[in-house]
Amino acid sequence: MSALAALIRRDIRIALRVGGGALIGVLFFLTVTVLMPFAVGPDLALLSRLGPAILWLGALLASLLTLDRLFTADHEDGSLDLIVMSRTPLELACAAKALAHWIAAGLPLIVATPVLGLLLNLDGTATLAVAATLLAGTPALTFTGMIGAALAVTLHRGGLLLAVLVLPLSIPVLIFGVAASQAAISGPLPFGTPFSILCALSLASLVIGPFAAAASLRHGLD
Amino acid sequence: MLAAATAILLAIGLYQSAMAPDDYQQGATVKIMFIHVPNAWLSMFVWSVMSVAALGTLVWRHPLADVAAKAAAPIGAAFTFLALVTGSLWGRPMWGTYWEWDARLTSVLILFLMYLGLMALWRAVEDPSRAARAAAVLTLVGAINIPIIKFSVDWWNTLHQPASVLRMGGSTLDKAFLWPLLVMAIAFSLLFITLHLAAMRNEILRRRVRSLQMMQASRVSFTSEAGAGPKEIGAA
Repeated sequence: MSALAALIRRDIRIALRVGGGALIGVLFFLTVTVLMPFAVGPDLALLSRLGPAILWLGALLASLLTLDRLFTADHEDGSLDLIVMSRTPLELACAAKALAHWIAAGLPLIVATPVLGLLLNLDGTATLAVAATLLAGTPALTFTGMIGAALAVTLHRGGLLLAVLVLPLSIPVLIFGVAASQAAISGPLPFGTPFSILCALSLASLVIGPFAAAASLRHGLD
Repeated sequence: MLAAATAILLAIGLYQSAMAPDDYQQGATVKIMFIHVPNAWLSMFVWSVMSVAALGTLVWRHPLADVAAKAAAPIGAAFTFLALVTGSLWGRPMWGTYWEWDARLTSVLILFLMYLGLMALWRAVEDPSRAARAAAVLTLVGAINIPIIKFSVDWWNTLHQPASVLRMGGSTLDKAFLWPLLVMAIAFSLLFITLHLAAMRNEILRRRVRSLQMMQASRVSFTSEAGAGPKEIGAA
């Protein structure tokens, strides 16, 4: 247990220090959100209707961008081999790494959401709804994305291949995340139904992600 | 033998489909179903075959399982693509739109994207056994999508009609349509088996050629090194 806590602490520290790059994700999130009004036009009514979708898309892309570093940095300096060989089960170590990654790269996105909501003319309830759905949904993005990151590190390929593998898996999260935000803003569906499906997706990926990632690390590293 | 059986069954199925009466509501467009439904069934069946092969790769490390999984992916992608295309051709006159973001259509589109991603993964890695293990993990993760596709029409009551052939309490399809459909389904399954076996044979041959080339290359470099060695010593 203390080994896992140490792993989480170490990963968060590395991510937040110089060269870590967790906060670049937030900057990317901001940039994508700012790009959208240029693409669809600065019509405030339209922006507030598209707002939840834009924020969700931005968060999805930002979390994908930072996933690349989840295992590569450890693979390069050799600590990934130590983690694989250690007595701690690899599945738990993977879950700990993903949790640390979510705290370092996912939480800042949610904290930034209210500010970006202002830019997109979202009112209080809408911003709150988007932040709540992101809080429930981004763990699913991190934990499914970890599978892609583990595959990418064993294949020495990252970037585009990772995006192509991970994005289809994240479509359900996007669908229910945006559906729940829209339900909270304009109805007619109740907010609870899509939101609980979103939570279920997060919990399911919490179980599947570490096992699949550990399997691919164990079979792929040699 | 298998190819001949496939050809005969396909001919019978196509003839029966052409001879099937027009539907009282859909007219002649009902015949698209005889192509669409077997393709859609096979798009899911091929992923299931690949999942079994992925288990073979990860659990037993059987090289033939790698070959089976690799050979099945493009065929499955083709079936999925045909199911999507025939479905949208049918949807244009019936639903009034080529595409609708309905649960069944979306989940099949995700399946198609995953087939393409899997093929990209196979192409991205040179070492086939390493690629096989990575692809096996991805195949098993993607297998979650199969039951979602199957039950999407029951869970989300949207545009695509629910199952009418394989359902509790018997088929709701008229016999005039059921028989050609079943013949076509068997014919397409045989087509898949034929193509799959041929593709596996090709893949094995490709690997044999590759290893022979590697052996020859290493022998050439070895002999040229050995030939160069003594001369230099002699010159010295």
